[in-house]
Amino acid sequence: MTDIIESKPPEAPTSVAEVAPAPGRRLGTGWVGYLLGRPDVILSGLVVFAFLVAAIAPGLLSHADPSLAVPADKLLAPGSAHWFGTDQIGRDQFSRMVHGAGPSLRAGLLTIAVSLGAGGLLGLLAGYAGRFANTLIMRICDAILAIPGVLFALAWIAAFGASATHIALAVGIASVPTIARVMRAEVLRIRVSVYVEAAHASGVRPAGVLFRHVLPNSWRPVLALAPLEFGQALLAIGALGYLGFSDSKGSPEWGSMIAQGQTYVVVAPWLLFIPALGLAAVVVAVTHFSRVWNGSHA
Amino acid sequence: MRLMRQPVVRRIAQAIVVVWLAYTLTFILLNVLPGDAALARIGSDTGTDDISPDKLEALRASLGLDKPAILQYLDHLGALFTGDLGVSMRTGMPVSGIIGGALPATLGLAAAGFVVAVAGALLLAVLTAWTKTPWLRRLLSSLPGLGLGMPPYIIGPLLVMVFSFGLQWLPSSGSRTSAALVLPAVTVAIVPGAMMAQVLIASLEDALAQPYATTATAKGAGRLRTVVVHCLRNALMPALAIGGVVVGTLIAGSVVGEMIFSRAGLGRVMLDAVNNVDLPVVQGVALVGAVTVVVVGLLVDLLNPLLDARLRTPSRRAALVGAL
Amino acid sequence: MSEPILDITGLSISYSSGPARRNAVVHGVSLAVPARGVVALVGESGSGKSTLAHSVARLLPANARIDAGSIVLGGTDLTRTRESRMRAVRGKRIGFVPQDPMMSLNPTHRIGTQIAEAIRLHERCGNAEVSGRVRRLLLDAGFDAGNVDRAAAAFPHELSGGMLQRVLIAMACACGPELIIADEPTSALDVTVARRVLDHLQALVERNGCSLLIITHDLALAARRSDRVAVMTRGRIVECGPSDEVLGSPTHPYTRGLVASMPRARATGTVAGAPPPDAPALLVVDRVTKTFDVPGRGELTAVDDISFAIPTGGTFALVGESGSGKSTTARMALGLEEPTSGSITFDGQDIATLTRAGRRGLRRQTQVVYQNPYRSLDPRFTVEATIAEPLRAFGIGSRREQRARVRDLLDRVGLPGQLARRRPRELSGGQRQRVAIARAIAISPQLVVCDEPVSALDASVQLQVLDLLTEIQRDLGVSYLFISHDLAVVRTIAHTVGVMRAGRLLEAGPVEQIFRAPAHEYTRELIEASAAGAPVAT
Repeated sequence: MTDIIESKPPEAPTSVAEVAPAPGRRLGTGWVGYLLGRPDVILSGLVVFAFLVAAIAPGLLSHADPSLAVPADKLLAPGSAHWFGTDQIGRDQFSRMVHGAGPSLRAGLLTIAVSLGAGGLLGLLAGYAGRFANTLIMRICDAILAIPGVLFALAWIAAFGASATHIALAVGIASVPTIARVMRAEVLRIRVSVYVEAAHASGVRPAGVLFRHVLPNSWRPVLALAPLEFGQALLAIGALGYLGFSDSKGSPEWGSMIAQGQTYVVVAPWLLFIPALGLAAVVVAVTHFSRVWNGSHA
Repeated sequence: MRLMRQPVVRRIAQAIVVVWLAYTLTFILLNVLPGDAALARIGSDTGTDDISPDKLEALRASLGLDKPAILQYLDHLGALFTGDLGVSMRTGMPVSGIIGGALPATLGLAAAGFVVAVAGALLLAVLTAWTKTPWLRRLLSSLPGLGLGMPPYIIGPLLVMVFSFGLQWLPSSGSRTSAALVLPAVTVAIVPGAMMAQVLIASLEDALAQPYATTATAKGAGRLRTVVVHCLRNALMPALAIGGVVVGTLIAGSVVGEMIFSRAGLGRVMLDAVNNVDLPVVQGVALVGAVTVVVVGLLVDLLNPLLDARLRTPSRRAALVGAL
Repeated sequence: MSEPILDITGLSISYSSGPARRNAVVHGVSLAVPARGVVALVGESGSGKSTLAHSVARLLPANARIDAGSIVLGGTDLTRTRESRMRAVRGKRIGFVPQDPMMSLNPTHRIGTQIAEAIRLHERCGNAEVSGRVRRLLLDAGFDAGNVDRAAAAFPHELSGGMLQRVLIAMACACGPELIIADEPTSALDVTVARRVLDHLQALVERNGCSLLIITHDLALAARRSDRVAVMTRGRIVECGPSDEVLGSPTHPYTRGLVASMPRARATGTVAGAPPPDAPALLVVDRVTKTFDVPGRGELTAVDDISFAIPTGGTFALVGESGSGKSTTARMALGLEEPTSGSITFDGQDIATLTRAGRRGLRRQTQVVYQNPYRSLDPRFTVEATIAEPLRAFGIGSRREQRARVRDLLDRVGLPGQLARRRPRELSGGQRQRVAIARAIAISPQLVVCDEPVSALDASVQLQVLDLLTEIQRDLGVSYLFISHDLAVVRTIAHTVGVMRAGRLLEAGPVEQIFRAPAHEYTRELIEASAAGAPVAT
């Protein structure tokens, strides 16, 4: 006779799910509670918000004229009159930073529009349109990728000049290969998944399979890259600005502000410090915020 | 270890095609699309584009710009095979000479940066995988994200501010002494190091979750042993896959780094060339950069079978089937 | 009874899935393994059996915690042992044989090195002694003397699953442990290979005089191979006793259910809906061969001169292990691959001669149910969209009519109507497979190819799905080409059976004939391996 160890049925079903623990303590319910346990999310969210406000409505944050030069007030340290100090010809740094956000945002958005649009399309074709298209597109991408980013951008600028559009195009096209590869990899993966085969078997025609199954399942990872690419675009545009290539000389482009700051670093370190950390902070915040938003936490 | 002939040859051929395509792309970019190169040349020279049409034509002819594009292309391509990258429009000196003189310095900086980046990435990744304290792990794995936001032109000047002017430990410029190499190497290493660290941390975490890691623990291996002896080797493969991108980033970083630290090298050459619209030099530098990246990528690909036995000769399975 | 080698008392384990959330996975479990005894722990997926097994050797992930209870191994309470001490226990006192042989060995280290590591971690030996022991272990594992050195120098990907599993067993035994824990040691292996591996394991255990704890979901296997069986569900052990008693006269309702759903335990041979006696053949496969060109390896013959027929309204089952060519055959029957030689006739017409429109027509009459319900449905599609897709593809009915038809189909497969708006991730495996079946019959095809439709499901669910398929056949008169590796499953649903091996059709015929009087040695082995032993429940 076998022993019955447990004669009454167990209560609520138990789950064996092994989920990595979410960081932070849960201090309350709902997303307010979540936020309270994630100071990093709050911080990056605030930075992103500040950036957006500065970019869209700079007047809200700063009333001073960024190009107003008051030589008498040159190289002032940060204080109540000038929150970020002044530069070597007396311009208010705070308002320069704030007014520099807008052009950066526009350039960044244009850049990712180019890289995601062209890259996504090329990746889709490479993954779905057959061997020849795949080889051709992949080799071209390899070629673009082989030329180190800054060199490619500089070459483009040498050819077309340093207008805002061309800077965005230069950086955008340099990023196309990365996007195209991701898209292609997704398309290839999804193409051979069982449900795609099932769709074929159910009688859906190839075009139908592409638009109803392959595309919707593959563009998400690419879209998730957008904020990361945006951050990288900001950095690349800043690099060009540092090297002296920005839309108009003397504009409050953050990269060129960093270059300027480096010249005066001994006497006025804030001129370097603030734009450098400011740019880094915005990029890190955008990247981090988007990563959290997408669900994968750091 | 015998590498199959076929894939190696194919891979090399592929590399050649890519270099050729890169060359063609830069050619199209710089010679076919934009406005009149001669005009740009004269414009930058005299500061005015008010020039007589005859002189313009003469200049164009002397620069070979009056021929149809495809002939120009073939001419240049042919010259390339003999190592002739053209002559600088500004100085008239051969481009190959200009680049050849500056290249070693840039490669040296890139190599130094590479060493620092790899060492840093490995250390960080192993530490992150080994530690069992959750908050420490979270902290360590968020470092690469920060690093990606610190390109050379941001971190470099900051390091100079702290270490050269603040603490006065290291020089802020110069190309001679090895002390002058420290800050530039670290500066250049941050972004590629962060990229590699990110991939390594993820792939180590992945490897640790694999059944063979559990088997190692089940045999009695300690955590450090499991991470380093078992998982690291498997985790290196995905990291190698980004080898090409890493090299590209290193070179780009070195170019900018040279400007930050006033070092001799391709950075100065390229910047001058862009400002002077010296197209042959611009094209030459871009091409040399591409060749370097492709060659390193090729080496990394050929190195893969060394790490992963699965990629080597067809399995000896057939021979062992009758073994039981 | 002598002191048990492993004594688990009141063990509770929970996982954390959030900062303040813990899920209890094992509730107050007690289990004893006697010295020199073999105990099998049986449970379905999610029962907690694997967690329990891993906890003995403390191989649980970081977010798992032992909340209560004790694990005593030969006098030592492992729950009170420090991690540094545990290293001396793992491998030396407890040998763990993991589940998936293909993934459980480091792909970048040679076999010999990995076995040697098992020894070196616990004993100080010179190189010569270690290699000697490795050789001996490989010999014991069944490699013959001429091949031992080559095996030791090989990498894991160069050996087959069965060989790898033996290597893993050898590694577990390397230091002469008191207890061996085998976690589903054969679920990733083909049936005939599994049998040999288990024989080997049993012999080794007997010879070394150690104890064995086998974790498995297969009750029949458990009963055959152990002295005692413990049945686990939802984190608790509900029944425990000598194996033939547990199987022969189970007391707990759950165990009863488990025994009842073992396919071969059902009433033998009567398939619901006996085959229409003079039904014309719907699909005729005539001397079909398929060869593939593998770059670098030459020609691979996947299917070699096979012939069979599927009766209208009946089921033909194609049985074989992996690599037998059954999947390729199915693809050819669907018109997705072309035979290299021979002909396939569907409803009187040779498929090879079909025009574009003809192929479309073939697609309409042949549908598929795939093996993996977790992958055969588009995760972004609602259940309704998935089932309606064939209707859409062939332009059948208006939107409203399609929706109505979907409701009917959901009804037909026994799913509630409100599931129509759900997405696959909200459904269980069994429910998803029903959706897949609904999709397959949506356009009322004449033939449905069922490619291992129940292999990925739990035993109790398997039965329900098979019943559903039988019902549908009876009501709609659809024919099935049923692919499976499991003869027991096949017995309940097929009218005629064909046994394939290495591309050849060894024998084919009415199902009872194959089972009662198999002509081929291989068929006999398959039958024995899948349905041997344990008595039928009363």
